[in-house]
Amino acid sequence: MTTGSAQMTAANFRSGINPDWCPGCGDFGVLNSLQRACAELGLQPHQILTVSGIGCSSNLPGYINAYGAHTLHGRSLAVASGAKLANHDLTVIATGGDGDGYGIGGNHFTHTARRNIDITYIVMNNQIYGLTTGQISPTSRLGMKTKSTPFGNVETPLNPLTQAIMNGATYVARAYSGDIRHTTALIRGAIEHKGFALVDVFSPCVTFNLDNSHDFFKQRVVKLEEQGHDPQDWKSACERAMEWGDTINVGLFFQGNDIETLGQREPVLEKGGPIAHRDLAITDEQRERIVRRMM
Amino acid sequence: MAGSFDFALAIGGEAGQGIATPGNILTRLFIRRGLYFNAYNAYQSIVRGGHIFLTVRISDEPVYTHGDKLDLLLCLNQDTMNRHLGLMGEGTRAIFNSDSINPGNPRQGVELCPIPVSQVSGSRNRLVQNTIAVGATCALLQLDFTILEDSLKVRFARQGQSVVDENVGVARAGYEYAQQNFTPFPTALPETDQPKAQWAGNDAIAMGAAAAGVKFYAAYPMSPSTGVLHWMAQNARDLGIMVRQVEDEIGVANMVMGAAHAGARAMCSTSGGGFALMTEAVGAAAMMEIPVVLVDVQRAGPSTGVPTKTEQGDLWQTLGASQGDFPRIIVAPTSALDAYNTIPELFNLVDHYQCPGLVLSDLLISEGTFSVVPDDIDMNPAINRGKIITDAGTGNGYQRYKDTEDGISPRALPGTEGYVHVISTDEHDEDGGLISDEYTNPYKRRAMVEKRARKFNDLEGRVASPALVGPADADVTLIGWGSSEGAIREAVEQLAEEGITANRLQVKWIVPFHANAITAVVNAAKKPIIVENNYSGQFYRYLRSETGLTIDSHIRKYDGEPFMPHHIANGVREILAGKADVFVPYQEVNV
Ligand SMILES: Cc1ncc(C[n+]2csc(CCOP(=O)(O)OP(=O)(O)O)c2C)c(N)n1
Ligand code: SF4
Repeated sequence: MTTGSAQMTAANFRSGINPDWCPGCGDFGVLNSLQRACAELGLQPHQILTVSGIGCSSNLPGYINAYGAHTLHGRSLAVASGAKLANHDLTVIATGGDGDGYGIGGNHFTHTARRNIDITYIVMNNQIYGLTTGQISPTSRLGMKTKSTPFGNVETPLNPLTQAIMNGATYVARAYSGDIRHTTALIRGAIEHKGFALVDVFSPCVTFNLDNSHDFFKQRVVKLEEQGHDPQDWKSACERAMEWGDTINVGLFFQGNDIETLGQREPVLEKGGPIAHRDLAITDEQRERIVRRMM
Repeated sequence: MAGSFDFALAIGGEAGQGIATPGNILTRLFIRRGLYFNAYNAYQSIVRGGHIFLTVRISDEPVYTHGDKLDLLLCLNQDTMNRHLGLMGEGTRAIFNSDSINPGNPRQGVELCPIPVSQVSGSRNRLVQNTIAVGATCALLQLDFTILEDSLKVRFARQGQSVVDENVGVARAGYEYAQQNFTPFPTALPETDQPKAQWAGNDAIAMGAAAAGVKFYAAYPMSPSTGVLHWMAQNARDLGIMVRQVEDEIGVANMVMGAAHAGARAMCSTSGGGFALMTEAVGAAAMMEIPVVLVDVQRAGPSTGVPTKTEQGDLWQTLGASQGDFPRIIVAPTSALDAYNTIPELFNLVDHYQCPGLVLSDLLISEGTFSVVPDDIDMNPAINRGKIITDAGTGNGYQRYKDTEDGISPRALPGTEGYVHVISTDEHDEDGGLISDEYTNPYKRRAMVEKRARKFNDLEGRVASPALVGPADADVTLIGWGSSEGAIREAVEQLAEEGITANRLQVKWIVPFHANAITAVVNAAKKPIIVENNYSGQFYRYLRSETGLTIDSHIRKYDGEPFMPHHIANGVREILAGKADVFVPYQEVNV
């Protein structure tokens, strides 16, 4: 990540398109926090590529002034990985919803974490499918009544934090989008971190999820930083990530420093700059080696 | 037509018996002598057991198929003997281990070549029979033993001197035993002054990608496409290619799309079932206007089907891949060399049109091994990346999906200063903007559909239209597509020997489809016959839909094995005798 002029403000990252999210949607806070984090880091819009899937939250790339790709439902991490590996100079940020990332994109989520590729992944977790007008998502609570579970959800919600930590993500945080300053700090840390960083943000859907409202979170979230949690402590990170009740932890659960990223392990990326910009021609020596092996 | 020397040998046994090694030693020996070869391995999807049958046809002139007949049978087990000996004819030989294999009754004119392996080799190791058989083969072909010796030295060098010595010793024992006990073939193995190289079709596809400047390759293993992944993995460091084995084909195709969006030439390959998972990405690439190449190496389907058998059965899958109404480019290469040359050409097209390009290979091409003249491998094909902006600009008024006259919008690569934009799989406006009231605007929607369609207005003229080969007034016109070119070509030669004149038209570009050129050929033909390796006539249905032509003669095969030339020649005879559709019957002929 190269940093540009330091005078960036969050306003530099506004795209000029007004979000079509419902008034009060938690996603506004996430967008705002991301714009601030980019500004604080002194990034230039052209240095950033945001990649999303499909969903209300996945509309985010349209609202931030940066390169963006609004791809297929669940596929943001795959596209983001390809883009990062092709041009590792880019700051690649994947964004989307819990349905997008943990449901249809669950397989990619698992494997992208395992690869520890240097991408920031921001999930706007509203514990519901918003864009399709309110069905259960993989993080919906047991018993939750939705349009697809009129008699109550009978499936246990998954835990994205433990999943990410156990699968090898090296920066795992949770935020609440109503706290912009805290969310900004966690996103900023994620972008600065070298390796796969998950920021799961409680981002209430004010239209379809009345269970997990802003009030619900405001009354419960407590910051790990204020509880003396050591994010280097992997085991404690898992334990703290499993706590859910009258208090719900937010903050940085886990950060593994000095763990090689996929890019660092791939000799092909060692020298010569981003592969997207390299010379395409095969040299005579390369040709000779190839043909010799065929004889 | 194969040259003065046209010889085929086959090695049969079960998986785990080590058929690949003698096959490899022999093909390397043949290409070093400058011979051409074409090999087909009929195998099963098991690691041990079953029946494997590798046919290698050799000539001093190019050979386009593994042929119709066998001259030499190397039996590594009883099963091979039982299945194939009865098909051997006058002047042929069968080498086998007489310790364990019982020949039964060969036809008249077949020379049995039993070798008491444990006595000849002084070893009880089961694998020595393979090396003995290779030694005996060289004796029957009247080759100097030193040539085999050199080959074995190279082959086993890495395993140390004792392994080399042991193999040379065993091969020599087989060689000498054969010299003393069997009749050599009357024509000695010829030699040309131009050594050949060898590759499998999958190697050719991978090399074509490398020559095209592919810098990102991803895959999930699936027969018969896995060879492309293996070649890439082996050569990636040398060539600076990022190779990834991804969690599934959905991830593969989307990752490739991400890499292509960032500016790398990017490709993936799979077989039908994997391609099914990739289809959402085909439409995404079309909508976002990202140039990517996806290769479908067809195997017999549907579903998981027959992983180790061939078919031309995915045509409609590629035509219909992904929802919606949009253009794509589809090509079915006709041989390994053609696949090699086609991939750079396709990359130039997809870069120019900013669209997905699909390649239909199949097991026959991809897993067949072939000789290739090294000079024919042009590793520096023309590379044209189309309208790409890489230099910084002010970006004033830049629109990623600008509605230009030719429908092609200059592409600014992410990271380029001054051109920030958003691409989208949702319908969008020229800016890429994806807000609902923009993309549901009927005028904008119409303009974008037309822009994307208009890009392809000149596509047909950019690729060669299929050419009719042979006399214009031939008795029959054989129309095939993709990998059947070799078999059709040799069938034409066989028919000519009987005085039946045939010409042939091999269609390679599926989209664009040269409908006018093809219609002209069909209309001028006395007896058009469509040849394809599937049951329902996928290509014929496509041809009819694109041209309105009805053709009532068809030769089809759907047992999982490729056409051999005589299948087609026989089919033509039956059609000339009044039959309409010929389905090649089950025959146990050297596969
Ligand atoms: C392959 C596919 N399946 C289903 C859909 C329909 N779909 C659009 S968004 C969505 C769920 C979105 O939920 P989430 O990711 O949590 O995002 P939110 O809208 O809640 O922000 C679904 C199922 C789709 N677009 N593509
Ligand atoms: S439906 Fe829910 S998630 Fe979607 S914009 Fe409205 S509040 Fe946000």
